[in-house]
Amino acid sequence: MARRVLMAMSGGVDSSVAAALLVEQGYEVIGVTMNTWTDDIPEEIQMNQHSGCCSLAAVEDARSVAHKLGIPYYVMNFQGQFARTVIDYFIAEYTRGRTPNPCIACNRYVKFSAFLEKARQLECDYVATGHYAVIGQDERFPGRWLLGKSADARKDQTYVLHNLTQEALAHALFPVGGMQKSEVRALAARYGLVTADKPDSQEICFVYDNDYGRFLKERAPEAIVPGPILNTRGEVIGQHRGLPLYTVGQRKGLGLTTARPVYVTELDVERNAVIVGEDEETYRPGLIASDLNWIAIPALTAPRRCRAKIRRMAPEADCTIYPDGEGAVRVEFDRPQRAITPGQAVVFYEGNWVLGGGTIDRALK
Amino acid sequence: MRTVYCDHAATTRCHPEVARRIYEYLTENYGNPSSIHAVGRQARKGVEEARAQVAALIGAQPSEVFFTSGGTEADNWALRGAMAANRAKGNHLIITPYEHHAVLDTALALQREGYEVTLLDVEPNTGIVTPEALLAAMRPTTVLISVMAVNNEIGTVLDIAGLCAAAKAKDPGVIFHTDAVQAAGYIPLDVKALGVDLLSISSHKIYGPKGVGALYVRKGFRFAPGLTTGGGQERKMRSGTENVPGIVGFGLAAEIAARELERRAAHAREMRDLFLRGVLAIDGVRLNGVDPFVHPELRHPGNANVSVEGVEGEAMLLRLDMAGVCASSGSACTSGSLEPSHVLLAVGCSREAAQSSLRFSFGEENTAEDVQYAVEQFARSVEFLRKLAAPGR
Repeated sequence: MARRVLMAMSGGVDSSVAAALLVEQGYEVIGVTMNTWTDDIPEEIQMNQHSGCCSLAAVEDARSVAHKLGIPYYVMNFQGQFARTVIDYFIAEYTRGRTPNPCIACNRYVKFSAFLEKARQLECDYVATGHYAVIGQDERFPGRWLLGKSADARKDQTYVLHNLTQEALAHALFPVGGMQKSEVRALAARYGLVTADKPDSQEICFVYDNDYGRFLKERAPEAIVPGPILNTRGEVIGQHRGLPLYTVGQRKGLGLTTARPVYVTELDVERNAVIVGEDEETYRPGLIASDLNWIAIPALTAPRRCRAKIRRMAPEADCTIYPDGEGAVRVEFDRPQRAITPGQAVVFYEGNWVLGGGTIDRALK
Repeated sequence: MRTVYCDHAATTRCHPEVARRIYEYLTENYGNPSSIHAVGRQARKGVEEARAQVAALIGAQPSEVFFTSGGTEADNWALRGAMAANRAKGNHLIITPYEHHAVLDTALALQREGYEVTLLDVEPNTGIVTPEALLAAMRPTTVLISVMAVNNEIGTVLDIAGLCAAAKAKDPGVIFHTDAVQAAGYIPLDVKALGVDLLSISSHKIYGPKGVGALYVRKGFRFAPGLTTGGGQERKMRSGTENVPGIVGFGLAAEIAARELERRAAHAREMRDLFLRGVLAIDGVRLNGVDPFVHPELRHPGNANVSVEGVEGEAMLLRLDMAGVCASSGSACTSGSLEPSHVLLAVGCSREAAQSSLRFSFGEENTAEDVQYAVEQFARSVEFLRKLAAPGR
């Protein structure tokens, strides 16, 4: 009997082609659009068919692709799960002066947890998504399911998938992970899918206007408290509009007139202060991360050489990682790294495979 | 794969005789009823015969029946037409909190436009409305009361005659509307006995075509025309060329429904009771609404609504669909994803119970063998999902 797959279809081109490929490969595919967030979007924007994941237009596109492929299609409600594990986390992290990555939380708690549970309920063998990453095995890491980089380096999404457990990896398929985006678009056109020419999705799907400051002001006004901007000597040199509106490494929008350009080096929650300094002060030799998930290895028991990525778009940097007490890791970079940001993930690579990753707690001085 | 259709409250299969009649009016009698020539007159004759057939189903005069695009338009028109024509009396309307969205959302839209809306207090679990609750909600400025005849999710049959009589005894000028979309064809309806001024029905719930319904408008009270202006069809109350094939199909479906009402109701009841006896024997399966084994007269004969403890309605529904059993759960949002039923929340169910509720509505499509299959699939899914959710699996 054909293996059954629950295919997450966002209405975008990647998941549409992924669904088509699975059908072609002989899987029994059930298409699902995950309804995660529909509140809060002003009516006039809804009427203009805004482009977020949960818009009715996206559902129509996904449904149309499913009909074209001749597969059953459902819209599933994940609004509660998404609000608890993504939105609440997003607000809480900003409130703590950290910079969250909601896609990582969504992959961890919604797509490869709640959605995986739905797949089990429907007796599916796999869940599939349109992510750019590969899943494989390698004798260098015996007995482990591995997460590897996409063939298209610019689209690679391993950074936001580093929390996948062995259980999730054993039951996940990324049908377009081994392809270039251009190949995916060409396939979409060849299959005649309505989504072939759709632009790539936006960064934060639940903030329809991409103005997360506006979102936080509406959802958690208490988190946005104006305070001082301090230089590294502790002198007040200006006023900030609320910590969540700033990120480490930021130069623009500080409202300061200084002889030399200054950059945010730290967000100090205790003093509700934005600390600024010169460019070289944003470089740090290492970091401490916790909330770890190891993929290629069961655990880190000894120092290890690898490469690390501290932001989705950051280049990989050579480093040594050390176990640091219970559930934490210390990362020492060969060369200092710019704008190490608490709340963001650090993901470790060995060649094309993801070793594991965690959440940055602080930069080392 | 086998298909067992247990969603007759959503829609029904068109009766074959009705389908033939529709085809005839698409291909032979294709005229415009407003035309003066022979082809037009033929179409007009079909529409007027249909009006008499629909009127007969509800005990109305044909001239009191106005065709619409369906139950939703009839409900919209009833509320807006009554409120707009009676501003001199007041701006207050009363509905139950579990009306169909066609009534509920129209009332809420009217509220945003400045009207005042009262949602009635209802009995927990059953949703029954007492005359006392209705009288307490009435004000001198109350223009309209809208109470559905049968609820579409839990099947509760409301005492429209009693409520209407009580309301009119207190204020003879109050207008009473009932959404009888679910009742038609299964519960005898007589507008004179009910005493209502407005009544909505829909064709596709009684084995007729989709896209057509009717509003009964009693002669002799102030009521405004519908949304459309134009050619002055439906005696200037609803402009637009008549959906002739739909209307004649509806007419025939109404005639058959009147003739077959008792047999259909008895068959649906037999199927429903068979199903309920099967699923209620499963541990943790709870009936929502009136117990039909105690008060059969207070529940639509085809309606079953159950919650399964510790199991999500969505998972059940999708598994049943994959096994060919068509049922429904609460209300679906515009995108098609499932929300906790507003009806169950309105009758005091917890969010969990509302989220795990499933509606099965039986009718002409079903046989005892089908129902047995549906019960088996239901039981298998409950067992599977419970095993999956069990700690330490």
